[in-house]
Amino acid sequence: MIESKANRKFKEAAFYNSQNDGGYFLLPFKFHRLNGEKEILVNEVGDYLILPTGTTATIVNRQISKENNSELYGDLIANFFISEEAIHPLIDVLATRYRTKKHFLNYFTGLHIFVISLRCEHTCFYCQVSRVTENRDQYDMSIQNIDRGIEIMFKSPNPHVTMEFQGGEALLAFDNIKYAVEKSEKIAGEIGKQITFVICTNLALVNEEILYYCKEHKILISTSLDGPQSIHDSNRHKPHASSYALAIKGIKLSREILGEDQVSALMTTTTLSLEHPIEIVDEYYNMGFPGIFLRNISPYGFALRTEKSKYSTDKFIEFYKKALGRILEYNFQGHYFTEDLARIYLTKILTPFNTGFVDMQSPAGLINGVIVFNYDGGVYATDESRMLAEQKDFTFKLGTLNDEYKDLFFGAKAQEIAQVWSNEALAGCSECAFQAYCGADPVHHHATQGDMYGYRPTSAFCQKNMEIIRYLIELMESEPKIKKIFESWISKK
Amino acid sequence: MNLKTKGVAKYINEPLVGRITRDVSSTGENSFLICEEIPADINTNSFEAILTSKDTSHLVENKPAVYAVPNFDHLSEGDIVAINEDGNINTLYRVNSFHNVLLATERCNSNCLMCSQPPKDRNDIPRLYSINQKLISLIPKDCIELGISGGEPTLMGEMFFQTLENLKEQLPETEIHVLTNGRSFAWQSMAERLAKIDYRRLMLGVPVYSDYYQVHDYIVQARDAFNQTILGLHNLARYNQRIEIRVVLHKQSIPRLTKLAKYIFKNLPFVEHVAFMGLEFIGYTPHNIEKLWIDPHDYIEELGEAVEFLSGQGIHVSIYNSQLCVLPENLWQYCRKSISDWKNEYLPECQNCLKLNDCGGLFRWNLNKHSDYIKPFTAIEM
Repeated sequence: MIESKANRKFKEAAFYNSQNDGGYFLLPFKFHRLNGEKEILVNEVGDYLILPTGTTATIVNRQISKENNSELYGDLIANFFISEEAIHPLIDVLATRYRTKKHFLNYFTGLHIFVISLRCEHTCFYCQVSRVTENRDQYDMSIQNIDRGIEIMFKSPNPHVTMEFQGGEALLAFDNIKYAVEKSEKIAGEIGKQITFVICTNLALVNEEILYYCKEHKILISTSLDGPQSIHDSNRHKPHASSYALAIKGIKLSREILGEDQVSALMTTTTLSLEHPIEIVDEYYNMGFPGIFLRNISPYGFALRTEKSKYSTDKFIEFYKKALGRILEYNFQGHYFTEDLARIYLTKILTPFNTGFVDMQSPAGLINGVIVFNYDGGVYATDESRMLAEQKDFTFKLGTLNDEYKDLFFGAKAQEIAQVWSNEALAGCSECAFQAYCGADPVHHHATQGDMYGYRPTSAFCQKNMEIIRYLIELMESEPKIKKIFESWISKK
Repeated sequence: MNLKTKGVAKYINEPLVGRITRDVSSTGENSFLICEEIPADINTNSFEAILTSKDTSHLVENKPAVYAVPNFDHLSEGDIVAINEDGNINTLYRVNSFHNVLLATERCNSNCLMCSQPPKDRNDIPRLYSINQKLISLIPKDCIELGISGGEPTLMGEMFFQTLENLKEQLPETEIHVLTNGRSFAWQSMAERLAKIDYRRLMLGVPVYSDYYQVHDYIVQARDAFNQTILGLHNLARYNQRIEIRVVLHKQSIPRLTKLAKYIFKNLPFVEHVAFMGLEFIGYTPHNIEKLWIDPHDYIEELGEAVEFLSGQGIHVSIYNSQLCVLPENLWQYCRKSISDWKNEYLPECQNCLKLNDCGGLFRWNLNKHSDYIKPFTAIEM
């Protein structure tokens, strides 16, 4: 018990100094040059300080003192960069912060993707997976596989699972979706799990009946919108029809029946898109979406078979910056409109929390956060993994729906991937200042470099993330009003 | 507003706690009758004590009394007071106020430069505990909010928890707000003991004055206080206790104020409320005023940034003890009329202000130490 004080005479600030002999200990932190003048220091839980180039060296060489650099010294102590004791007196707080950042691991797999049909009435050139066919038996998920997928899904320890129907065009197998939803709802109710349903659809086939069903069963709609008509229709070809016109009509009808916030859209950036960042952002803004997710095309697999979709990471970054500039303009005018890739990074950079976004985590979201049940009963680590399988590359096939849960999620293949799914333990990442903001992507590195481990100096994943993170930090540190906008994007309010 | 008065005690051997009444026909238990003349036909057994402004002449044999009291104007029917051997009549609870506070102890393990109620190093805990137990049993069950203050209430040890258990049992509908420096909860067993009470109406108000230990420890004049408080807050959060952070604004806390706001969001995101509080010119503050004074006008930028950042991240934020005319309009939404009624005053020039009713005003003891920028809002400017 803390006793009352013996002496109540006021003491000067120096009396409360706990430092011994002017020395200090370094806590784990990483650093990176932001530009010619500034470097960033990032601690173990993602808190950062921006300081003049060369400051890291003075810290490491024990040239920072309370007397000569009092404010910086205080910043370094308060933000867990240095400690006056070998074991920081608040190490338990740091541990709690670390657990909070890795909280996404607590519940294991949440997102269960059911590739309900591979059939599609679109012929998008960048799509790896669509099949224009009437052969249901060959390309729809069988009832037995749906049953088995549901069984496995409910074995997840996660108290809240998401069942996402993908295609092909998922609505071509709507009867099977209904079957799966009703069965899962019933089981979820019986065993006390929460479940969210999502249908990924191009909306060409949507109608009131389908949407009223979605409303009744609280099913979210996720669709594709690549930009204004000229871009969208060029990217997303539908024989004898305008994909754009159908998508817009479908979005409007879905919003009318389900509500604005029940419908989201994703864009894919093609070579054509690269020329039109402003128009694409404007399309999303004018359509009344609260934001846009600027996504580069998967730089591998089927998508790259055509020259039409091949572009360098540099080009995408240039596109991204222009589009982000347009988004910020809207915000300067007082409109709340977000860029969702930035929002994911910013949540990691500016808050003590993390996101549930499975493509940017360490350990990676594959298996830990997402699993894919393919139409043919194959089980894959990610959506991209099953697309590789369409190229006859089965590296990330964990097994089939007939396998046992433990063999799929903890089997030899999962263990092999687990060796390389933490960026804390990857060369080129382990010492990177942005490690806490980034993730690991074994599928990407396997597909582009032929090696799950990956080689960072030539990794497009690394190049893109490093530059976008650096750019976001540079933007908000140079412009207080941008920082305020970014802070509003990550607010839980 | 007076909270104490004094007369001459008779037949009082230990502090007595009771409810004020002026109604001679009242029959409530634990009543103290205030009267000028004691009526001849009075049933003195109905009252535990008699309080009178008159002289000693007609006191009842062996009936506790305080006589020759200057006046009772500050006491309303139902108010609860303690009468003491030395003739002091201390108001413990006022039925017409929302600002009632139990004094837990005047002992403290800190010694803040700006303490408004400087601690006393004597063991008053058993005495105050017994008064408070009695008081709690008399407080009306519809009491909306009750504070517990000190000193440092957790120095009561087990009696602190017993007080809370008693409150939970006797006043289940009352919101309880405890002011503590939180240091005791660095011992996890203390947080665990508190959690056992499972008291959802309990909120702990804990001061954090800086993100840097040495500044905080200097302000509270106690080594290791910062680390203990932060560990204490984490232990409390581990057990889901409701927490408010309180930051007093002065020359020592302002320079790192916006850094403190970020620190709270990063390291203490579980807090329910953050209150930024203007300096009170009482207690130790006048003695340390050179170390503490900064005109509130000169910190509005730092305050605004801290408040808007935390509020933007979804944390409930308040500004206490501030006047609207000193703050920019965008911060008015955070201002609360926080000063307890009996301490609350306005300056003479405030009487012409059109915003007087929306403004929290000043502490009575700040009438002579306030911002130079206080200026009434008049019709012409508005």
